[in-house]
Amino acid sequence: MGAESWIQIVYVLSAVCFILALHWLSSVPTARRGVLTGVLGMALAVGGTLLNPGLVSYKWIAVAFVIGSVIGVPMAMMPMTAVPQRTALSHAFGALAAALVGTAEYFLRAGTAHMDRITMGALAIEVILGFLTFTASLMAFGKLQEILPQRPITYRGQNFVNLGILGAAVALGGYLVVHSGSTSLFLLMGGLSLAFGILLIIPIGGADMPTVISLLNSYAGLSAAAMGFVLDNKLLIIAGSLDGSSGLILSIIMCKAMNRSFSNVLFGAFGQVAATASAAEQKSHRSASAEEAASLLVNASSVMVVPGYGMAAAQAQHKVRELYDLLTEKGVKMRFAIHPVAGRMPGHMNVLLAEADIPYDSLLELEEANSELPQTDVALVIGANDVTNPAARHDKGSPIYGMPIIDTDKARTVMVIKRSMNPGFAGVDNELYYLDRTLMLFGDAKSFVGELVKEAEIQSGG
Amino acid sequence: MNIDVLISHAWVFLLATFVGLLVIRRVSPLLHTPLMSLTNAISAIAVVGSIVVAGRQESTLSTVLGTAAVAASMINIVGGYLITYRMLSMFKKDKRGK
Repeated sequence: MGAESWIQIVYVLSAVCFILALHWLSSVPTARRGVLTGVLGMALAVGGTLLNPGLVSYKWIAVAFVIGSVIGVPMAMMPMTAVPQRTALSHAFGALAAALVGTAEYFLRAGTAHMDRITMGALAIEVILGFLTFTASLMAFGKLQEILPQRPITYRGQNFVNLGILGAAVALGGYLVVHSGSTSLFLLMGGLSLAFGILLIIPIGGADMPTVISLLNSYAGLSAAAMGFVLDNKLLIIAGSLDGSSGLILSIIMCKAMNRSFSNVLFGAFGQVAATASAAEQKSHRSASAEEAASLLVNASSVMVVPGYGMAAAQAQHKVRELYDLLTEKGVKMRFAIHPVAGRMPGHMNVLLAEADIPYDSLLELEEANSELPQTDVALVIGANDVTNPAARHDKGSPIYGMPIIDTDKARTVMVIKRSMNPGFAGVDNELYYLDRTLMLFGDAKSFVGELVKEAEIQSGG
Repeated sequence: MNIDVLISHAWVFLLATFVGLLVIRRVSPLLHTPLMSLTNAISAIAVVGSIVVAGRQESTLSTVLGTAAVAASMINIVGGYLITYRMLSMFKKDKRGK
């Protein structure tokens, strides 16, 4: 049996490892085993590839391994608050690798017998997806890191321009399938894909980031799968399509959680629509001090915290944990209601709260939280807005109508920690704030929760 | 590549996508962030193609592009698995045992 057969056997084992890795990731007790299996799968894949008899030198491979590790380790040590931008950045690297390999293969094969129409078609898909995901992920990184403005930027004819550029890139890809020798057109196709990636993210606002990151995750996987078609390698196809389907499922979950469609997320420029609606009437709200709020919390028997991006932005999770410890000590049942799109990426709130050492069995999903809320004494909203707006249930004119929300208004008392009465990301006024049972707690999430902890200590310690 | 190879690859792609959809649908929303970082590390499987391009040294251009691609993939392999493991180590049950 030749080296090639051994490599294929190793690849089969590697594919099995990847599937098992994702299988074991489904629940917390087996998840770490899943990661280790994934590592084994990757080690097999890399090891098998290094056996390839076609390799003439390992020098540059070794150099690249070192460079990658030197950058990769610090990227893994970033704080959990930076996880969304880290994820966007790693999608960029993944897509870049696929696009570069595609480009290299093109220039090696163009005009030779190794370039047939099917290969060129797969190559075009790999390169278009790779380059557009690369720049789109970098843009998403810039927005999440707040290097770029987070609000959506729109202009007239934007969708027309964007789709025109993508259409032109795809048309060039089609032309290359027939005339694969036109290297300048290949470069133009790559350039258009890079440009499309940038333009795609310009109209995307922070609230849509969870969907967009999931979608980019999927594209990065699909471009790796396309590479598998080009290189005649089934392991690439399997691992790439696993990533592609994972990103797809997550984007569907995110879209459903906002009651919106893919095209609406990508071309709708959420956050521009409703700015006019809220300006008009002046409604009254009640506010409370930390002292009053703390006394309500200490005397409650159950508290449901609803965290949102504001908690992450203010880095309030550790203060929230202090409050959790204190109230739990007092016998208050404190739990967390996690909306699927809370934060800037799928599962963002769960990781933050886990980092702050809050046990994961106190984190409830949307449905579970909603069935508990009518029997809950206090709902404490920290940095979440649109996901608590009751207008989503009844106001057909509201841009968030139909979106599944956390029914905080069903709790006996609602407390909302917020900087001011300014409407949230979607620019939609939240009627929750004007309910009789709602108390507004004005201030920075981190310092206000800190004050709550202090007051609660005084009141319960006395 | 001839049409028969394409069809055989298309089968693999189709079945792997279905396996992915079935397996990943069962992942708890609690773990969606680790899921994304793990699949991101797995899609760094592009390293396989990158190594071949970098190591065959067929032209200067392909070696340069291949080396850059190996480095980019390696960032995701090392960074992706490490951060996923770090994240998962943070998920703990209530120690008070209630």
